[in-house]
Amino acid sequence: MIDFGYGLTPSSTLKIEDVRLPAFGELLRREPDAAKCIACGSCAASCSAGVFTEMNLRRVILSLQRGREKETLPLLRHCMLCGKCQLVCPRGVNTRHLILSIGKVYQLEEDKR
Amino acid sequence: MIYQGKQKIWSEYQKEIPTDHWFYVRSCIRQTFFPASEKMFLEILRNRLGKDVYETPSHTTCGGIAYHSEAIPQETVMTIIARQFALMTEAGYENYVCSCITSFGLYTEVMEDWREFPELEAKIRENLWKATKREFKTPKYLAHASDLVYKFRNEIAEQAKFRLVNRETGRPLRVVEHIGCHYAKMFPSKGVGGAEYPYVLAGMVESWGGEVVDYPERRHCCGFGFRQYLVKANRGYSLSNTHKKFESMEPFKPDMIITNCPGCPYFLDRWQYVIAEQTGKTYGENGYGIPVFTYEEVAGLVLGYDPWDLGLQTHQVAVEPLLDKMGVPYKPEDKYKGLNGKRLQRPEFPMNIKCC
Amino acid sequence: MSQNVVVIGGGPAGIEASRKLRDLGYTPILIEKEPVLGGHLARWDRLFPDGVDASTFLDPMIADLDGIKYFTDTEVASINRLKDTWVVKLSNGLSAQVRAILLTTGFDLFKAEKKEEYGYGIYERVITNADLEAWFKSGAAPQFDDVKVIGFVHCVGSRDEKAGNRQCSKVCCVTAVKQACEIKEKFPDATVYCFYMDLRMFGRKYEDLYLKAQKEYGIRFVRGRVSEVSEDLDGHLFVKAEDTLFGKPMKLKADLLVLMSGMTPAASTQQLARMVNIQTGDDGFFLPKSLIVSPFTSSREGIFFAGAATGPKTLPETLSEASAAALAIDHYLKTLQR
Repeated sequence: MIDFGYGLTPSSTLKIEDVRLPAFGELLRREPDAAKCIACGSCAASCSAGVFTEMNLRRVILSLQRGREKETLPLLRHCMLCGKCQLVCPRGVNTRHLILSIGKVYQLEEDKR
Repeated sequence: MIYQGKQKIWSEYQKEIPTDHWFYVRSCIRQTFFPASEKMFLEILRNRLGKDVYETPSHTTCGGIAYHSEAIPQETVMTIIARQFALMTEAGYENYVCSCITSFGLYTEVMEDWREFPELEAKIRENLWKATKREFKTPKYLAHASDLVYKFRNEIAEQAKFRLVNRETGRPLRVVEHIGCHYAKMFPSKGVGGAEYPYVLAGMVESWGGEVVDYPERRHCCGFGFRQYLVKANRGYSLSNTHKKFESMEPFKPDMIITNCPGCPYFLDRWQYVIAEQTGKTYGENGYGIPVFTYEEVAGLVLGYDPWDLGLQTHQVAVEPLLDKMGVPYKPEDKYKGLNGKRLQRPEFPMNIKCC
Repeated sequence: MSQNVVVIGGGPAGIEASRKLRDLGYTPILIEKEPVLGGHLARWDRLFPDGVDASTFLDPMIADLDGIKYFTDTEVASINRLKDTWVVKLSNGLSAQVRAILLTTGFDLFKAEKKEEYGYGIYERVITNADLEAWFKSGAAPQFDDVKVIGFVHCVGSRDEKAGNRQCSKVCCVTAVKQACEIKEKFPDATVYCFYMDLRMFGRKYEDLYLKAQKEYGIRFVRGRVSEVSEDLDGHLFVKAEDTLFGKPMKLKADLLVLMSGMTPAASTQQLARMVNIQTGDDGFFLPKSLIVSPFTSSREGIFFAGAATGPKTLPETLSEASAAALAIDHYLKTLQR
């Protein structure tokens, strides 16, 4: 193979039809409200950790549904479980339980691999 | 695919193309990349169809590459174009046909600008007069050279010696048509067939016996993109665009690609080599690439011109598999002979893509 | 003898207003260009937000036309002002001289093939909201087997200046959510996506339907306008959009794509506007005197509106407007007599 000094750039396109979401299905079983998010961003706006880190619960929930959890799961480590997001969520999602469930489900997935 | 649905759209995007008396302007780069294409265009129009096509050595670049690379301002490019129009006016023509898609897009854009902002046109007239003492009329009709070949596609088919048909199986060849972005994406009504389902090349393919392949990334840019290719740091991104197209067309097993832009055939052709040498992947049959042609080259093949006179030896991807399918005779030993049989050096062959 | 009122357009607005005018003691002359009354509603299967069968509304309305003279397959040939009356000539040769005309000409569905990039009429698996309703209504078996991924494209020909329609068509968001749930019932194993720009769940129980779609039906919502559609070797579709919440381009391989065609002014709007010399707005719909206090009154004596002739409306809005317009006409005619 020849090195031309440039090469193919990986595509950033999300191919959502290829995304298999057994873990998200398991998450919905544990915390059905995960489906209720309307991406309003209240959680991220008021997040104690989000001000100083990249933590963004809205983005984490979306990434789980797009098969991009690897990019965002580490963000959850910054969560201090203060409960502010639960207080502000207009759809009444139990975010504390959601975050803990994400941790359990996706940690299990990690273990399986 | 509902073919009638496309026909309906095509019927809505028909442009008026006069049949004779054209002022022809060449492209800056095509004579180097595809040396016989413009010669073939003039040969077909003048000698095969008996048309009056005029060209002048005073014609210069339209300034498109510099303009799109942000090297010169719009006013400069407009004045350059005004000078080309002056050459046309002085020669007594009002139909302007250009070989280059970048030029075609730019001429269209400039003429639309002037139509909308007459004060801008007045300023450019003044610029031109100050600089050259020339005056001009804007063309009555503007066409891209592929519009004309499209217009005369059936006349060419009548004189055809070969068709875009597999001689062995009798089946139409599967042809990918790639339209230069600036042909109709900016001004859909200026292109034959519009921008989403352009008919200009598809019409030629159908008329000459082939079958058009409509693959998912058909509308995607070849990746030239001026600044993207010109700057080495961006070149991988240019390459990736071509790669995306080939990955998308691969399942359709195309026999060939026909294009109407100076840059596209160059990149679709040369990047196949780079992809092969970087990843080991080829897209044609038996380790070959998919041969890429200009529409004039395809017209030339159909009309029975010698492939080496058409300059097909300058392509990176070997054209022989396609010549064999069409039944076009050629002498392999003449491939690298120049004028009067002068032996040119045979190029070094790549490692991962077969080149005969 | 009771006084005649001409009602132009036999959709829900025209029918309802005619019935109300009859109840008020008038003889409505209802004109419909199609062979049947009912407008778009006659071709619709079920209604948001509860999924009630459209015919349970329309059938009783059509069964109750006593005292209303109605003409189907009939168009308006001309309308002329004669002193303080309007003379309406019909394509069937009849004419009527009236003091009030109600325009209930409704809307046309946006012609989805105009959005060439979506390939309606070119790719078999691209259909419209109206096609889907017709399919539901006829109960005919799905045309395509192996329907595993389905996409809904909101705002087709709405909020689209290039398509000539700047306006929001109002009902498509909730219709898409309704249809997404319905199709999920037909194909329980399929994954259903809705591509939206904003979800405008403005009506009562609409938000509930959206919540149900998310939670019970597992409909996946992607915020981003579909930019182009193409076809692969097997006729499956490639749909391109940006997931604007994720900030990345996305590609969906779909087995079926439903285009939510929006509302555009009925083709007859301009012609009728010229006949009676009234204005239309930039959007091409009839322009009432005031959009707030008298949305059913025109700038000309004796010309009234109801329903989607003055812009996209839901069915309940159309029906209320029809009643209100009937009352306004009654008031107007009584004032003339005094």
